[in-house]
Amino acid sequence: MNKVILTIIRKEFLHISKDRQTLFIVLIWPVLMLIFFGYAITMEMRSIPTIISDQSKSYQSRELISKFSSSGFFKIKNQDISAKEVDTLFKHREAKCILIIPPDYCKKTQTTKTTIALLIDASDPTAAINIQNYVNNILAKYNREINPNLKMPLTISLRFLYNDNLKSSYFFVPGLAAVIMLLISTLLTSIAIVKEKEQGTMEQILVSPIRPIEIVLGKVVPYIIVAFTSGVIVILAAMFWFGVPMHGSFLLALAMMFLYVVTGASLGMLISSIANTQQIALLVSLIGTLLPTTLLSGFIFPISSMPLFFQYISKIIPASHFVVIIRGIMLKGVGVKELAGHIVALSAISLILLVVSIKKIKVNLE
Amino acid sequence: MLQVENISKSYLDVNALRGVSFELNKGEILGLIGPDGAGKTTLLRIIVTLLKPNSGSIFLNDSNIIQNRTLARTQMGYMPERFSLYQDLTIQENLIFFGELFGLEPEAIHNNMEKLYAFSNLKPFYNRKAGALSGGMKQKLALSCMLMHEPKVLILDEPSTGVDPVSRHEFWKLLHLLATEGTAILVSTPYLEEAQECDRVALINNGQFMALGKPDELTQQLEAELFEITSPTITSLYEEFIAADYRNNIELFGYALHYSDLEKIGLKQIQQNIKKMKSPIESIKKISPSLEDVFLHYLKGTHE
Repeated sequence: MNKVILTIIRKEFLHISKDRQTLFIVLIWPVLMLIFFGYAITMEMRSIPTIISDQSKSYQSRELISKFSSSGFFKIKNQDISAKEVDTLFKHREAKCILIIPPDYCKKTQTTKTTIALLIDASDPTAAINIQNYVNNILAKYNREINPNLKMPLTISLRFLYNDNLKSSYFFVPGLAAVIMLLISTLLTSIAIVKEKEQGTMEQILVSPIRPIEIVLGKVVPYIIVAFTSGVIVILAAMFWFGVPMHGSFLLALAMMFLYVVTGASLGMLISSIANTQQIALLVSLIGTLLPTTLLSGFIFPISSMPLFFQYISKIIPASHFVVIIRGIMLKGVGVKELAGHIVALSAISLILLVVSIKKIKVNLE
Repeated sequence: MLQVENISKSYLDVNALRGVSFELNKGEILGLIGPDGAGKTTLLRIIVTLLKPNSGSIFLNDSNIIQNRTLARTQMGYMPERFSLYQDLTIQENLIFFGELFGLEPEAIHNNMEKLYAFSNLKPFYNRKAGALSGGMKQKLALSCMLMHEPKVLILDEPSTGVDPVSRHEFWKLLHLLATEGTAILVSTPYLEEAQECDRVALINNGQFMALGKPDELTQQLEAELFEITSPTITSLYEEFIAADYRNNIELFGYALHYSDLEKIGLKQIQQNIKKMKSPIESIKKISPSLEDVFLHYLKGTHE
């Protein structure tokens, strides 16, 4: 690397070291986000407010209720309710589900078969499906207990792989690394370049013997390093704080993170070539990274359940490939061979962005 | 030293420069004076090779700098209109950065920095952030930054904008000092009073040089005699002149009117003409023209 580029890199680090806010955002914020996602936002449900109306009031019905209360999923309130009250209870959010055990429950369980009613507030469909599953599981278990001789024609032997306990943090952390690294590399790069344009200092350094491409490289490299460091902090915190495993090669993960950060920086350069003020650069960077990365990359919502059109779009979003790659390496322990398709795709996106942004920025400066 | 030959530049369909030629000599300060949008910044940017002209050539000591940009950039120093520098860096950090940018060795950086500290009196503030400096100090720092690589030619784009009169005076003293050491300086300014500081001035408007010469030569170039007319109701008098079709003769100067005797009718005849005006006249006397009169005279020439 030549001397002039080093000069600019050094100057850029001087800027970063003097800007406490940016430093905070880069080093502390990722960890804060991780704690938010790790603890506060979880997909599992606990203590679901539940009302059980036990009209049977029998030994058998109490036994059934105890199965629910011991599962830990439900916070149960016993209350006799009429059919009319159901609507008001849901509307006042006193319960998310209501279980009604009919008066003839006791009699019927001893003779033939019986039905109990389950009413679920499905205004949040994901929660509703979770509740349904929990109830089904409890009932199936209970059925087998009271009828040991019952022969089921088909049973499922279920085992979850790669995340045995279905921990949300396993799922979120790789995606979070993707969001944070892309945001930091894109945002800081675009702002750093636009800032020089806005302040008029770009004109001043352009008249030096240095070539525009050297200026751009000198400005981009520091933010690649910073964003990469941020990503590493997230991954390390995930491993040592939340116990997310690293089944695959740590080196491969680092290499992929580096490639991904270069993609982000290229995007930042592209934004800086069209934006003339820091505000616009900030806005475009935020919209251009946060929205697609959180919504369309499979970070939270699975790509396979999106409409076909969005599935195609997700293919050109760097984060969707990166999320697959990093989850693959960390949770499944797969290597280059298994991830080849995604690695090639990510490299291609990165290369195209890099070439286009360097071309565009050259025109802009001259 | 610097030869500019027939430079033209157009943006889309606007002609920013239409054939500008001049020469800048060693140790000379040449002032470029003109209103906003006259083409000053475009001309300066072309000279420092930030922009390419549509036609024309520029020679620095006989080598064509449009073809050899590196030469231009190592030999010239350029201070753009917005000399903001890096606000969060200290004076010293700014100076070192510009030294390194031009490929100076650490030793040369140290020596030049000390020289510039003595020159600019900025030494006591070396650890202060550029953003915390006054306008005048910022201006001196910007000048120092562009002097780090010891350029032979200085190009300054409106360096006095936003600087108080005392600092402005000090700044010009520094420029004179540089000129006596042999540096050729080309400086643009919207302030006519700064023209007196220059060895020669070029009046530019509409992308063309309208006059070029020493300040007092230019004022002598005006052929018409000039009269100053005062009146308690100066504005209404001015309007009367305009209405009476003296548009080309009359100029409003805030406190008085300047009447240039283009038709060579003489003071007596002018007094005769004025008597027809309704507004009262206090006095009328012959004055020697200032640069402002010269400039306004040429401006009128282009508008017709």
